[in-house]
Amino acid sequence: MTLAIDVHELTRRFGSFTAVDAITFDVNEGEVFGFLGANGAGKTTAIKMLIGLLAPSAGSATVAGCDVVRESDAVRRRIGYMSQRFSLYEDLTVRENITLYGGIYGLSNEAIRDRGDGMLAALHLEKMAKERVAALPLGWKQKLAFSVALLHEPAVVFLDEPTGGVDPITRRQFWEMIYAAAARGTTVFVTTHYLDEAEYCDRVSIMVDGRIAAMGTPQQLKEEHDVATLDELFVRLARPSAAAHG
Amino acid sequence: MVKELRHILRDRQTLMVLLLLPLAMVVLFGFAIRSDVHDIRVVFVDPNPDYATIALRARFAGNGRFEIVGTVPTIATVEPMFRRGDADIALVFEPGFAGHLAEGTPARLLLVSDASDPNTGTTIQAYAGAVIASYQAEVGGPGRAVQIIPVTRMRYNPTLASANLFVPGLIALVLTLVTALMTAISLSREKERGTLEVLLVSPLQPWQIIVGKVLPYLLLAFANVVTALVAAWGIFGVPFRGSLVFLLAASTVYAMVGLALGVMIASVTNSQRAAMIGAMAGTMLPNLLLSGMIFPIASLPGWMHPLTLVVPARWFIVISRGVMLKGAGIAQLWLPLVVLFGMLLVLMLAAIRSFKPRLA
Repeated sequence: MTLAIDVHELTRRFGSFTAVDAITFDVNEGEVFGFLGANGAGKTTAIKMLIGLLAPSAGSATVAGCDVVRESDAVRRRIGYMSQRFSLYEDLTVRENITLYGGIYGLSNEAIRDRGDGMLAALHLEKMAKERVAALPLGWKQKLAFSVALLHEPAVVFLDEPTGGVDPITRRQFWEMIYAAAARGTTVFVTTHYLDEAEYCDRVSIMVDGRIAAMGTPQQLKEEHDVATLDELFVRLARPSAAAHG
Repeated sequence: MVKELRHILRDRQTLMVLLLLPLAMVVLFGFAIRSDVHDIRVVFVDPNPDYATIALRARFAGNGRFEIVGTVPTIATVEPMFRRGDADIALVFEPGFAGHLAEGTPARLLLVSDASDPNTGTTIQAYAGAVIASYQAEVGGPGRAVQIIPVTRMRYNPTLASANLFVPGLIALVLTLVTALMTAISLSREKERGTLEVLLVSPLQPWQIIVGKVLPYLLLAFANVVTALVAAWGIFGVPFRGSLVFLLAASTVYAMVGLALGVMIASVTNSQRAAMIGAMAGTMLPNLLLSGMIFPIASLPGWMHPLTLVVPARWFIVISRGVMLKGAGIAQLWLPLVVLFGMLLVLMLAAIRSFKPRLA
């Protein structure tokens, strides 16, 4: 199985502060990988390096077979991204957003139309195609944003806290979409604060203070550390002193 | 109230602007609002130099207010100088000047001022008149009737209409405001919303993003130029003596400079509000004070003159006044145009650079 993401000693310094400290990990093709960590642990910085928004201070990483520093343009064509603060333009219609992103990723008009139709059918959003995105409820927006991120059929898709503020039913549906994408061979790299969602992932990693403190399948990690839920593990790793007194 | 104070103190960027802006305004306005004029560039037209003309010319040379930019034999050379903005006043001696003085017949002196700015036009005439009068008083003596008759002409603006002064500058101001504000707001809004991040992760190159955001506003700005010109001509009666095509082309370049400026402001600010304030302070203030739009550059203190060189509006006003009032064309006004192009290039490169991934 080829590696979708291969990270080796990736480091990022800001002056004297080391945000990401020589992390090493890899993600297999078609995996759903949960990238966890407390706020300030270095998660966002790490992701930014993987998607080409930030250059590493040291170390290397390849995403979808391309080096993030030397072949950043190639990386960008092969990945999808769903930002924490939304990716869709609120005052454009659903159709217009689809056409925009399709065009940006170089899809032909035909492909845009066909894939767009398919997407809207799968989401049951055909009636809302001409509505502005602002009119959609939050859950629908999120599902739409995810679908749009997958429009150009990227090898790897990066999701930054995609289910923030959404009701549990929609979260379930969202994760079903994630599984469907993974089944098609897309690698899903997702960060989340909802540790029950972390249990849905094939493997997870937990970042603490710039380093990876734990990595493995949810089952493995729970057995290794003798905890019932990943939540406990997370708290234990993120606040060792608090857990010791816990 | 305490909470409000905290808000104010913690919003560093806005605070800086709110404290420094009034200070800057007081300083700049204070210096700019002066009605005296320095560094008046005078060109002499002296077909038959004689002792009197040379003496009078020496008077001007010795007077600190005047800067002699040329002595030419015919008046034909003067017109292009005016159009390029190289001279403020021309003194034309009639042939046989000294002879007339000696005989006691009127010796005529034609004073032609560039009155595109009617305020300085009259002031310059007054200063020149004073120098001439003092020479006249010296040369004359008891019983001798020495007559130097200055004949004044206000070039380009015979009626000294102040609209002719303001309106070309007003066009510059409006263009800057609209263009810089538009792009600054648009870009900072994307930054705030987070959609800019997504664009940066996409295969789009930074220059594509910038051009894509800037071009539609260019069309808008162009529409603004046309309406402003129509208003200037139709409502204020500002003459239109030069090439319309050249003015439109120059306006487009100037509008692009404004758009690029807006992009730069958006890239260094963190919020829409800061971008708006930045755009307004960074464009309106220099434009009002340092561009020669209201307060002539000649009136500004010497140390401010170099500052005016980096204000794009200053160069555009030379072009707009030149074309509208003096009928000048590209032959005379190529320099300001080149400067504007240069500014555009610098700003665009800087804007594109600012979008590249931050390196360690």
